[in-house]
Amino acid sequence: MGSITFIEHDGNKHQVDIEEGKSLMQIAMDNGIPGVDADCGGSCACGTCHVIVDKNWIATTSTASEEEIQMLDMTPEKADTSRLSCQISTSEAMDGMVVRLPEFQM
Amino acid sequence: MNFISPIIAKGTSLISIPKIIEKTSTIVPMPIQIKGVHLFIKAKRRVWKGKPIPVFIEKPIPDVSELAIEDIDVSNPFLFKQNRWESYFKRLRDECPVHYQKNSPFGPFWSVTRYEDIMFVDKRHDLFSAEPIIFLGDRPEGLAAETFIAMDPPKHDVQRQAVQNVVAPKNLVEMESLIRSRAVEILDQLPTDEPFDWVEKVSVELTSRMLATLFDFPYEKRHKLAYWSDVIAASPETTGGECSTDETFTAAAEMSRYFSQLWREKEAKKMAGESMGYDLISLLLSNDKTKNMINKPMEFMGNLALLIVGGNDTTRNSMTGGVLALNQFPNEFEKLRNDPSLIPNMVSEIIRWQTPLAYMRRVAKEDVELNGKTIKKGDKVVMWYVSGNRDERKINQPDEFIIDRKNARNHLSFGFGVHRCMGNRLAEMQLRILWEELLKRFDNIEVLEEPKYVQSNFVKGFTEMKVKLTAKAQ
Repeated sequence: MGSITFIEHDGNKHQVDIEEGKSLMQIAMDNGIPGVDADCGGSCACGTCHVIVDKNWIATTSTASEEEIQMLDMTPEKADTSRLSCQISTSEAMDGMVVRLPEFQM
Repeated sequence: MNFISPIIAKGTSLISIPKIIEKTSTIVPMPIQIKGVHLFIKAKRRVWKGKPIPVFIEKPIPDVSELAIEDIDVSNPFLFKQNRWESYFKRLRDECPVHYQKNSPFGPFWSVTRYEDIMFVDKRHDLFSAEPIIFLGDRPEGLAAETFIAMDPPKHDVQRQAVQNVVAPKNLVEMESLIRSRAVEILDQLPTDEPFDWVEKVSVELTSRMLATLFDFPYEKRHKLAYWSDVIAASPETTGGECSTDETFTAAAEMSRYFSQLWREKEAKKMAGESMGYDLISLLLSNDKTKNMINKPMEFMGNLALLIVGGNDTTRNSMTGGVLALNQFPNEFEKLRNDPSLIPNMVSEIIRWQTPLAYMRRVAKEDVELNGKTIKKGDKVVMWYVSGNRDERKINQPDEFIIDRKNARNHLSFGFGVHRCMGNRLAEMQLRILWEELLKRFDNIEVLEEPKYVQSNFVKGFTEMKVKLTAKAQ
């Protein structure tokens, strides 16, 4: 089984197992990753499951929808490879993927 | 008189007051413009009766079970004041979750009362417009200030992005110690073992200090910020509040005078090449898209008003609501004393339980089917966050205040979608700091009598709450 690594803003790392088909946000919540809030519960409506995907891995994720980009534009910490983790469906192709967490979930 | 009135009526319908103000703003100072508009509207009302301003006279609110479903009117500004709202919204959620009231003092409107339906409306800005205003009733004539909370994308996105850096992480981190020191100043001066008004001495005081900090507003004049905010959100035609049109105009003129002066001072600092602070006006002046905002008075006033109101009633009433909730649920107070690490989760629970702003209003951009009803294009649609936050279908034991509630963050109080509250992290930080510092000092905060509530269908808040503090045993 593959794994994904979350890196908190302060550098703390958390390696978690991939559960194919689950959203990256759900995996973070199930594993109690600090720094992912998911206030809207996965509806792409709050922007509080923001992650910055390592640029070498961004191609393994789907393209962000217009709706998702609109929510990401609302955070001052948006980066080129920012995504909402509730909109990323995980797969074994993501084995080894690294995502960083912003300082605050807005 | 008869031949003048059509001219005036025609004049106001053909030429928009904001446009005139914008065109003349470089020559005529803004406060004088606002005074001018005020006199014009007054004169116009005298000669030609405009839209009547509703008058609200308080009557006891009946038990909801006595009413036919179509007669339920949750726009009544005394529903919160008389604390009768819970049973009203429960009946709507259970019997008629998308409810049409055709005869309210604010005109006909739809009420959306269940969590999932509210989420749908809030997300679909393509179907529901936030323009021209998010209050139930229309704006006082002549005060059509422009603010991004009441704009649709793409204009909304540009304006919001220009100001959202005021709550960027770097600023929040800078602000934390300042907020704490100001909270401590207040708490250390509070009397113990004698009754006092929590609203005045703590909630209003702390929020005013915070607003003064955010705007770098003259500290000794900070109470003006809270006053302006109260007036802005309290006109009878928008929310059923108690302020007269005259009072609103006077406050608007005064506010524009203070803020124009503050803007010019900061602008001079910028020109002189001095380093700019992290306050809101400095940030607006530093951004290319907003550095000339003062030349668009309606936008200038609108955005300042939004940020003042946004940071005032919300936090203030959550500060009072939290104390009330812990008194109504004393076991939770015990839980909190035994485990202060529950504070962050409790803060979310307070914001859900209190829901300091009861709703946001939208207008349907096309016919929309929602929960079996057809909302027609152009209809007003009110998303009652205060009801969705008590929806049994989404939240377990929703009327209970549970400080270690699972998924406490999933509340609707900040809204969802593109208009989601910009100051949410700042609000949570302020409440967290308040409770951290309270628990260090006091063993008990006892609510002595039933609090007094605000007259409004929008602000769900308090005007007075008498409490008594017990100092922490040494």
